[in-house]
Amino acid sequence: MKNFKKSVALVAALILTASTLAACDTAEKEDGTTAATEPGATPTTAAPTGEALTVEQGKVLNIYVWNDEVEQRLEQFYLTDGEAPVVDGVAKKDDITINFLKTPNEGLAYQDKLDQVLPGNADKAADERADMFAFEADYALKYVNTDFTMDIGSLGLTDADFAGQYKYTQQIATDDNGLIKAVSWQANPCGLIYRRSIATDVLGSDDLDTVQAAVADWTKYAETAAKMGEKGYAMESAYGSSFRQFSNNAQKAIVVDGVISVPDEWKQWAEQTKTFADNGWNLKSDGMWSGASTAGYKKDGKVFCYAGPAWLFNFTMLPNAMDDPDAGAVAGNGSVGDWGIVAGPAPSYWGGTWLAAATGTDNGEIIKDIMLKLCADKEVAKKLATTNGVEDYANNIAGMQEVAASDFQSVFFGGQNQFQILAPLAEKIDVSKTLSPYGQLAETFQNTMLGYFEGTVSYDEALNNFYSEALTRYPELTQG
Amino acid sequence: MATLRRRTVSYSKWGYFFIAPFFIVYALASFYPLASTFYFSFFKKLVKFGQDMGPTTFVGLQNFIDIFTPNPNGVIEVGKYAGNTFIIWIIGFIPQIIVSLLLASWFTDLRLRLKATGFFKVVIYLPNVIMAAAISFLFSSLFADTGPINQIMAAAQGADNFQIQIATGEVGFRFFASIPAARIIIAGINFLMWFGNTTIMLMAAIHGIDPTLYEASAIDGANATQIFWRITMPLIRPILLFVLVTSLIGGLQMFDIPNVLFQNGSGGVNATSRTLIMFLNQQMQGTRNYGRGGALSIVLFIIGGGLSMMVFYLMRDKDVAEERKRRKKSKGAKLL
Repeated sequence: MKNFKKSVALVAALILTASTLAACDTAEKEDGTTAATEPGATPTTAAPTGEALTVEQGKVLNIYVWNDEVEQRLEQFYLTDGEAPVVDGVAKKDDITINFLKTPNEGLAYQDKLDQVLPGNADKAADERADMFAFEADYALKYVNTDFTMDIGSLGLTDADFAGQYKYTQQIATDDNGLIKAVSWQANPCGLIYRRSIATDVLGSDDLDTVQAAVADWTKYAETAAKMGEKGYAMESAYGSSFRQFSNNAQKAIVVDGVISVPDEWKQWAEQTKTFADNGWNLKSDGMWSGASTAGYKKDGKVFCYAGPAWLFNFTMLPNAMDDPDAGAVAGNGSVGDWGIVAGPAPSYWGGTWLAAATGTDNGEIIKDIMLKLCADKEVAKKLATTNGVEDYANNIAGMQEVAASDFQSVFFGGQNQFQILAPLAEKIDVSKTLSPYGQLAETFQNTMLGYFEGTVSYDEALNNFYSEALTRYPELTQG
Repeated sequence: MATLRRRTVSYSKWGYFFIAPFFIVYALASFYPLASTFYFSFFKKLVKFGQDMGPTTFVGLQNFIDIFTPNPNGVIEVGKYAGNTFIIWIIGFIPQIIVSLLLASWFTDLRLRLKATGFFKVVIYLPNVIMAAAISFLFSSLFADTGPINQIMAAAQGADNFQIQIATGEVGFRFFASIPAARIIIAGINFLMWFGNTTIMLMAAIHGIDPTLYEASAIDGANATQIFWRITMPLIRPILLFVLVTSLIGGLQMFDIPNVLFQNGSGGVNATSRTLIMFLNQQMQGTRNYGRGGALSIVLFIIGGGLSMMVFYLMRDKDVAEERKRRKKSKGAKLL
């Protein structure tokens, strides 16, 4: 017993001295070690950038996204052949784990996340690096014109691989040196998606020609809006409903040579929307995704039209339009089948999701494979377009022309082939005048106009608020 | 004695060793950012993608001048947002302090002998446990144009075309389009989250009062109102001061609730519910403006410090202050 006690005391004493010594050790070393470890650390961290795209491929593919869209598309059109489905944002492809890392888009949160993650990406541990990330048209140039995105050439792809795509989707993702930095599997021409039953009630018919004639230009559009208001319907679901139909046709970008100046077309949108709001022709909701706006998708919805591209009706409207989600997209399930699509008063495009490889990725091979299969394969494109419940407008000119000419019938559109309307619109899209890395000022503009629509401030005051808010966000700019 | 002293081992230096981790972490995580905030407030420093845009240049007080320069509408924005913040805070604080005082005095009242006070203390504290953003999101859904509150109102008003009638204003009430309603909702959330906390602090204060005072007053025939105003209130004044100061500083930092309540941190119609910290947050969105962000932080620091000092001065115990003054005088007299 005595011996035991002694040995315990001895062990305890040893541990104590050891720990104090260790503590002294680190304390003394503090100055020396920082200098000593850093040079040693540099080669290991620098290595991945040098040997990007060698045979050594990482086992973890981190994809930064803002919603489920990329996840769903990859699950259905890339991870085919019964490969592990996506569970809680994680999927498996062969021996590679795919993580979908989500940050919501609101209030620049997603961009803030990217801005944190991308600088120094190459220096992180291989499995923690961002390998791929998605972005939208509004702020594409912000990322395209940086070294944080790899051009497709350094992934081993050529422009010829994507020759079949709509040119505008490439323009958006082309940097100042003319290199394509990201690719998309979709093109996003907007049609005017209208409610057939409301068209019949108000316009007397739901056929395409009658409806198109009623919304052929902004004057006719306003006349129709008045008729909708009289009958107890709303023409638009939100203040921002028709913003893109104006802004996409602007003659200049919001920022030119570091000077912010609101294009006339933006002002026209504000004036029209104010008229609609004052007359009660629209739902006074501050966003397309507000409850009031999306309630219009439902069977008892009172909204006549939504301007939007394929992802609006397949990704947003359809799931909300169905009364019984389990029954799927069948006519009569909620408002499914009660919709039609026409060209509307002005051509526009909206959003779209681009996929870029992040500089420093160790998964070049699978990224290349995803880009080729999802964004350049004509058969996949046709499948994307014709799968019920998906019906993406795929980024493949020939493929979409074939679908437009086919006898494809959309269940959502009550048997209409929406590609006949959208295909000619897609070829007209021209982004060269309006493209700007400050595209997200459009959101700021719509927010600051809220006071004008609600009658709190005049247009000029609201405009001043926009400029001062824009300059707060981007102090490097000046007001024109 | 001399030998004894030599054998004593001094452990005092270990004290420094054990508190060192705190100071190291504090210096790195708190003091350094604090100092750099002050430092950068005198510089022009714009950062995009974690990289400086152009050189960091000394601009003196320009950032402060910028902050107080009226925008083209003639509005000094920092003043407007300070006003918003104060209005929302005061709308929430007044009911909070009244309800908390009432509940605290009931819960501690010896004559009432309320049952299950423990249970109610937990219940009123619970809202504080929920994440502010979550509770804010809940309220934004509740009071949305097509939310349940409006649905109930519309049903009561006999709406037959709810979606349209709510937009045209025939039925229901568009809460977030109304400036006072939006502010009251934010203040209401603040109230709901904090009145339990305040009640518990005030109860602790009341429990600290000598019960013989209550007994004596009761024997002398004081009624509940008299006891509350003559005994409870004067004796919990230090805690009231503490509650007021902490609530004021908390109010100044109001951010998450109004930021989540409106899309994109827009602060509602004409930014009338945008708070100072939301404005500060804007400096760091898009291009990060360290200079102006730092200057704004210092302005906030001064406002917070000033308000606290003012409240402290107003609520000081006048008797004690006078006593101290008198003592100082007499001390001076003695020295003479």
